[in-house]
Amino acid sequence: MSASFERGYNAFKEVLDAPIASFFSSCVHCGLCAEACLFYTETSDPKYTPIHKLEPLRRAWQQEYTVLGRLAKLVGLAKPVTDAELAEWSELVYDSCTLCGRCSMVCPVGNDIAYMVRKMREGMSAAGHAPEGLVTATKRAIQSGSPAGVKWATVEATIKRVQKEFGFEVPVNRENADYLVLMSSWEILNYPEYLGAVGRILNRAGATWTLAQDAYEATNSGIQIGASDLARELVGRIVGAAEQLKVKCVISPECGHAYTAIRWEGPNLMGRPFGFEVKHILEVLDDLRKAGKLKLKGTLDKPLTYHDPCQISRRGGVYEQPRTLLNQLAPQFREMHETGTLNWCCGGGGGVSANERAESLRLTSFKRKKAQIEELGVKTMVTACANCRVVMEEALEHYHMDIEMLGLTELVAEHLDEGKPNE
Amino acid sequence: MAHDAPTIAETLRRQGISRRGFLKFCATTASLMALPPSMVPAIAAALEKARRPSVIWLSFQECTGCTESLTRSHTPSIEGLILEQISLDYHHTLQAASGEAAEAAREAAMRENHGKYLLVVDGSIPLGNAGYSTIAGISNLDMLKETAAGAAAVIAVGSCAAYGGLPAALPNPTGAVPVSAIIKDKPVMNVPGCPPIPVVITGVLAHFLTFAALPELDDRGRPKVFYGESIHDRCYRRPFYDQGKFAETFDDEGARKGWCLFKLGCKGPVTYNACATTKWNQGVSFPIQSGHGCIGCSEPGFWDMGPLYKPLSMPIAPVQMMVGAAAAGGAIAGTAMAMRNRAAKKAAQAAHQKVTVDDLEKAK
Amino acid sequence: MTPLELLTWARGPGLSIALAICAFGILLRLFEIFSLGRKADLSKAREHSPGSGWRTILSRSLPPPGLMKRAPVTYIGGYVFHLGFAITLFFFVPHIELVRGLTGLSWPGLPTQVIDISAVAGLLALIAVLASRLSNPVKRLLSGFQDYLAWLLTFLPLATGYLAFHHLLIDYTLALALHILSVELLLVALPFTKLFHTVSVFVSRWYNGDIFGRKGVAS
Repeated sequence: MSASFERGYNAFKEVLDAPIASFFSSCVHCGLCAEACLFYTETSDPKYTPIHKLEPLRRAWQQEYTVLGRLAKLVGLAKPVTDAELAEWSELVYDSCTLCGRCSMVCPVGNDIAYMVRKMREGMSAAGHAPEGLVTATKRAIQSGSPAGVKWATVEATIKRVQKEFGFEVPVNRENADYLVLMSSWEILNYPEYLGAVGRILNRAGATWTLAQDAYEATNSGIQIGASDLARELVGRIVGAAEQLKVKCVISPECGHAYTAIRWEGPNLMGRPFGFEVKHILEVLDDLRKAGKLKLKGTLDKPLTYHDPCQISRRGGVYEQPRTLLNQLAPQFREMHETGTLNWCCGGGGGVSANERAESLRLTSFKRKKAQIEELGVKTMVTACANCRVVMEEALEHYHMDIEMLGLTELVAEHLDEGKPNE
Repeated sequence: MAHDAPTIAETLRRQGISRRGFLKFCATTASLMALPPSMVPAIAAALEKARRPSVIWLSFQECTGCTESLTRSHTPSIEGLILEQISLDYHHTLQAASGEAAEAAREAAMRENHGKYLLVVDGSIPLGNAGYSTIAGISNLDMLKETAAGAAAVIAVGSCAAYGGLPAALPNPTGAVPVSAIIKDKPVMNVPGCPPIPVVITGVLAHFLTFAALPELDDRGRPKVFYGESIHDRCYRRPFYDQGKFAETFDDEGARKGWCLFKLGCKGPVTYNACATTKWNQGVSFPIQSGHGCIGCSEPGFWDMGPLYKPLSMPIAPVQMMVGAAAAGGAIAGTAMAMRNRAAKKAAQAAHQKVTVDDLEKAK
Repeated sequence: MTPLELLTWARGPGLSIALAICAFGILLRLFEIFSLGRKADLSKAREHSPGSGWRTILSRSLPPPGLMKRAPVTYIGGYVFHLGFAITLFFFVPHIELVRGLTGLSWPGLPTQVIDISAVAGLLALIAVLASRLSNPVKRLLSGFQDYLAWLLTFLPLATGYLAFHHLLIDYTLALALHILSVELLLVALPFTKLFHTVSVFVSRWYNGDIFGRKGVAS
């Protein structure tokens, strides 16, 4: 078997649903979605208008599922969707969309365009029009357990480093724990301090937790490339481990798409609700704080701002928790002009950061974030997504900007009041 | 008979109308016909010299309302007097003669004034069966053709003669048609209204006497001066329309206060006539002033143009049934399409081949 | 056919046919949309959410922060057109009488001077958004025949209504007939063009609000 146009078009027919039909029916071509999309605002190229990225899907809907469209197709008036067209659209669907969903927040008729792009990618990937970088990452995720090729041995090395640095044992495959801790490849490779931070916080709160050898990687390339069959396999690993270890809650790490993959798409991919909870680490931190189990001391007294990862805030609903924590930790915490659920994306979500083809466009689109940072004048930016962090660190370097990036969990851990738990 | 007849001016003087009164009439006529004041002497001069023209008045399928309207407005108006100044040689309602004598009068007038007499018609002409309406055994159609042949011009008085009128109302059992449908080779002027305003008739007659021609007509053959503006535009209740003040029923507060009658079905906005300016009964009132909306009686086909008491913007026929049926039809067609869509989507899902990592690229 | 006959046709059979096609089309289109179904979302919705489908149906009528500045013509033109059109449509007494004739419902109208302003504002806004559609690269890219057709079909009722009211260019009776006919064209096209957003906007906004709302986001 291999990818083919027929499989792709068939996938279009599978994913088209009532919401999408209503979205296409409502679109009045007002162009406002373009104004919400950093790929358009930073390039002024109209082809990056979000709704335009869905043109082949729209025609598939019209020609397959509407009376007038079918009539037009019968008499040969309809322009059929072709493989060449899908090839042309690959850039629009993958390179110039991070699934950030900002357009979905502004569309005056309520079209959830990001929802549609996610669905359209099902057909694009089945037709063989996913970008090479994402295909490679997905293959690695399926075959080796991580899109970056991180193997358990690497995780073990990180575990050892953490145990040595912080002096606590990192539990692995422990049953009946409160929390199953997951990581993203970035955290394993670039930010091992995340694991140390989570361990310290959970230990200090008196919670039990564990890593799982079969499910350490939280990211899900299947979601990004738009192949639910593969996404299911990846999510299934986590669900399997969580159920086997009988944990109460799975903690999605500081990674945007991982959260969407496990928290929101997961049960739908698996076809059943989970018997355990799924929470983003920021939600867990906030829960602990509310329960009085997260005691903090000291502050980071410099001007800083918070970058909302799209999948955590806008597409995930976690936007108050980081602010509660930052207001406590950073007296000089300032908001960017457009923030929270209306934040601007880093430019590298939705698989764009894994897509080498999109690199120059991604750097161009970062000008939006750059302008936001410069407007605020801060030198420190906190976030809660390792992918955002890597993408932005790279771009900051590209633009020779001297901005320090911090993970929020790490910042919390640094200000943990490490007195005895029952003092 | 016309050759030795006295001029109009002579007749008027004999009846005690002063020169001043005569000029006043000329001025009124000029203003009524929207002619410049400089035309008044010309009108006076023309009228002074004009001989009483012969007029033949034919009544076909009609109710005599037009004749009633004219005769009742006589005393003591100058319009009435001017009517007396014409030689009404045939009018079967008004003339004393009857039977063969009456017809003989018509034939004599036609013979003696050939090419010069004026033919006035009220009532429509049945084309369905010649026997539907006859006079002295002559069908309306034949009589009209015969009499019109020698006329200088034809004036179709009233909505029946002008547009077919009530006899032509659906389903038009007699096949009634207006004068203009039959007479194509003579100037035909329409003076519609059910009935028309008397002063309009006298006005156009005065014009004919003055200029030996019909006044300027619009595309429906009506004298522009009288039918150029809508009742609505000249209505004294128009300000209430603009303010949004309407009578909702014929006896509510709004009706008592004289508010706009649009909601009670007034056809003023689409009716072109002079009622609102010349009014009726010597300028006393007109229907709207009396509290009833205009029914649009001077418009072609007014009898078939929707209910008299429904506002103009309301639908004429009840649409609920049809719309309900269409919605049901839409639901049925929609259900069929929905079943097809569901089947198509199910088929697509059945055709789904599980995507593996090897399926992400096309076969090389 | 005289103008009055045309008007009578428009008020009678014309209106019935147009409303029937419109009702048929709307039902058909709704069935088309909902037949595609929506899988039940098995993920656990947040217990407390500031967002919901119903909220978004209302909230999407307001511009999100920052966007008014980026697209002033679209927003201001859009507002002025929609408000002007709606005020003219729903508060001109003859229009209310039409609704009363169709449904029995009625409400107080506004003085014609106000309607005059709203209609002119609607017309000017339509011209402005057309100019923007022709000049803005994004809108030009998105626009096809249907977009211009929909514009024309929206423009005509306002324009003919204005001409009729002010007795401009054409005889009032004819203008009124053309006005009603233009509305009938609009009704016929409504279900089958982007004008269907007048109905589907409530569906799409609801879905949007529901998708976001279950995640705890007020969209």
